[in-house]
Amino acid sequence: MQRKGTVVIAMSGGVDSSVSAALLVEQGYTVIGMMLTLWSEKGYEAENRCCTPDSLRLAKMVAAQLNIPFYVVDAKKPFYDEVVTSFIQDYQSGITPNPCLKCNRLIRWGLLFGYAKEMEADYFATGHYALIQRDRSKQCQLLRAKDKTKDQTYFLHVLNQSEMEKTLFPIGNLLKSEVRQLAVQFKLPVAIRKDSQDLCFLSGADYRDFLMRNAPNSIQPGNIYDKNHHLLGEHKGLAFYTIGQRKNLGVHSPKPLYVVKKDLENNSLIVGDKEDTLRRDFTVSGVNWLSGIPKKSRIHLGIKVRYQAPILDGYLNLEENNIVKVQLDDPYYDITPGQAAVFYQNDCCIGGGLITEEKD
Amino acid sequence: MKNKPVIYLDYSATTPMDETVLKSMYPYFSMDFGNPSSIHHYGQKAEQALEESRNTIASFLGCKSQEVIFTSGGTESDNLALRGVALARKKDRSANHILISPVEHQAVSSTAKQLNQLFGFELELLKVDRFGMISPEQLRQQIRDTTALVSIIYANNEIGTVNPIPELAKVCQEYSVPFHTDAVQATAYLPMDTQALGIDLLSIGAHKFYGPKGVGLLYVKENTPILPIQTGGNHERGLRSGTPNIPYIVGMAAAINLVQTHQPEWIKELTPLRDQIIHHTLTNIPGSQLTGHPSLRLPNHTSFVFEGIDSQKLLMLLDLEGFACSSGSACKTGNHLPSDVLLTLGFSPQLALSSLRVTLGKETTQAHIEQFLVTLEKTIAKICSRKT
Repeated sequence: MQRKGTVVIAMSGGVDSSVSAALLVEQGYTVIGMMLTLWSEKGYEAENRCCTPDSLRLAKMVAAQLNIPFYVVDAKKPFYDEVVTSFIQDYQSGITPNPCLKCNRLIRWGLLFGYAKEMEADYFATGHYALIQRDRSKQCQLLRAKDKTKDQTYFLHVLNQSEMEKTLFPIGNLLKSEVRQLAVQFKLPVAIRKDSQDLCFLSGADYRDFLMRNAPNSIQPGNIYDKNHHLLGEHKGLAFYTIGQRKNLGVHSPKPLYVVKKDLENNSLIVGDKEDTLRRDFTVSGVNWLSGIPKKSRIHLGIKVRYQAPILDGYLNLEENNIVKVQLDDPYYDITPGQAAVFYQNDCCIGGGLITEEKD
Repeated sequence: MKNKPVIYLDYSATTPMDETVLKSMYPYFSMDFGNPSSIHHYGQKAEQALEESRNTIASFLGCKSQEVIFTSGGTESDNLALRGVALARKKDRSANHILISPVEHQAVSSTAKQLNQLFGFELELLKVDRFGMISPEQLRQQIRDTTALVSIIYANNEIGTVNPIPELAKVCQEYSVPFHTDAVQATAYLPMDTQALGIDLLSIGAHKFYGPKGVGLLYVKENTPILPIQTGGNHERGLRSGTPNIPYIVGMAAAINLVQTHQPEWIKELTPLRDQIIHHTLTNIPGSQLTGHPSLRLPNHTSFVFEGIDSQKLLMLLDLEGFACSSGSACKTGNHLPSDVLLTLGFSPQLALSSLRVTLGKETTQAHIEQFLVTLEKTIAKICSRKT
């Protein structure tokens, strides 16, 4: 058998990473399985979605079946320090964070990728739905997965060239249904778990309960106003609300009301009609360009403002210091500070950054 | 990668079962399968095997046969000793003080903690020196008339240090306080005569000396106050109910025979290899420190910390290079926390996370050690060079 090189695969006991590992073995790579254990809130460890003792047991069984070495990397402390701390801080500063971005950046492609390098592995693989294409000039491009409904490039726009060069996504060219079939064909002992958007360390519960337990001081009740500054009621604490939220506002009104803005300075919540949440212009900062800064300073392309949102058309206006002003062709609902805006030219993800709060 | 032979250097975690041990067990699974409590022929055969095993072990321990209580292993023995004696002493004499060393195996320390939290015992830790050793003088300072039990590990699993058990036992005798020692790591390499040791209770687990996993024993000196913690049909003098695990007990006796025959030669062969690892490592690897005592340690045991090294990473790399080692104690997968033992000895949390334990056994050869030392040096240099 021809030597294809050594790959470290990040395993979780789930179907995606397990099938990825099996495919790599089948393709003739020398495969080493690794699994991160991430931080869980004390008393809620059993419910952590991605690294319960049960998923660890499953990942070990998969590795044993594939006859590959398997190691557990304890990332509890770095995960807490880097991801959970800033999750709490972000809510305290009025934005709605996306901790998976930080985790990918600092834990998966930080810590675990570092381990892969220490093992002198040629590649690092994960079970993400995304594709990497090497072009003629050896530049890597991040492409949307074959399964558009599962595409995870939104979370991967934080990578850089040297990471992409070493990264493999073995299931990026498969549909989720095909991955499930392969799991059956490979006879992999993976659990039937629901795909979940929940954050792993929230243990399936609402982030609001988590904040109540872990940052009670950050939760100060304040006033709810409409856009004309009429007092409508009291809110429980700004962190409990997110832009576009309609439910649980606690305000009686003949028409549905939505969170339009969080005014951190005055600790007040501004609500309005659905239309009031529509925005066309917003700023994105800390932009990471996957394949270099675009040559033109104004480009028309696709923009995703939330993981579950469609790709919207609009213009990017590039400014200094990795800041981009976005102008959508059509206004869109619930553009939320703290979430990523990710940029696409057709199927190619060219970069993205964090939506910042607009100062009036 | 998986097909590469891996040299086993983790004998303190467990050992491969010896061929003679395995053979001794065969008849007792399906041929002489009886329950020793039964009246009939099958029962008699089983009882004979049970009692012969007990005699073999008693003669090794220099004790009476009825002082040997079979258990499921070292952990159960420790549990029975601590809980059983503490509760009996509380019942008989209202003794409510438990004195243990801060470098006990969790089987002892967690049991003591539970006795403290749920049963109202006062738990006190003995002071140790920087090698993790307890002195008789120190014990004398901390022992009381109301002490229910003293438990001090014979030889430490993480750092290999051997405690002066006979001297410690004398102090306990003066105060008439029952003295337990966890001898799980010690059995293969240290004096095990219970009379000479002067202890009241001693725990052993068979898989640390080429016997099967899942079987062990507690030596309980006659007239020691102790209550059962597992009740039922009054097996094992009523101290450990449950049908005895005959094939495994037979296997443990065979393994004890092995120790009795080979102990002097194992000590003679392994001590120089141990000292070679220690000397080579401390001389050639910058930032390395020995943990535990330099000479009063198990003949098969070496343990280190390395400045700036993450032991998770080191163990993975060594495994991929073909050497199976440990950070000091097993049972910690997925939880890379600094060891309490190393913290107690004054190592910083960061240094405590850089620990490596290399433990040898009867299959270890000079050639293994030489290959290992080359790889260890290279691997550590590699990890250090990558750090920029």
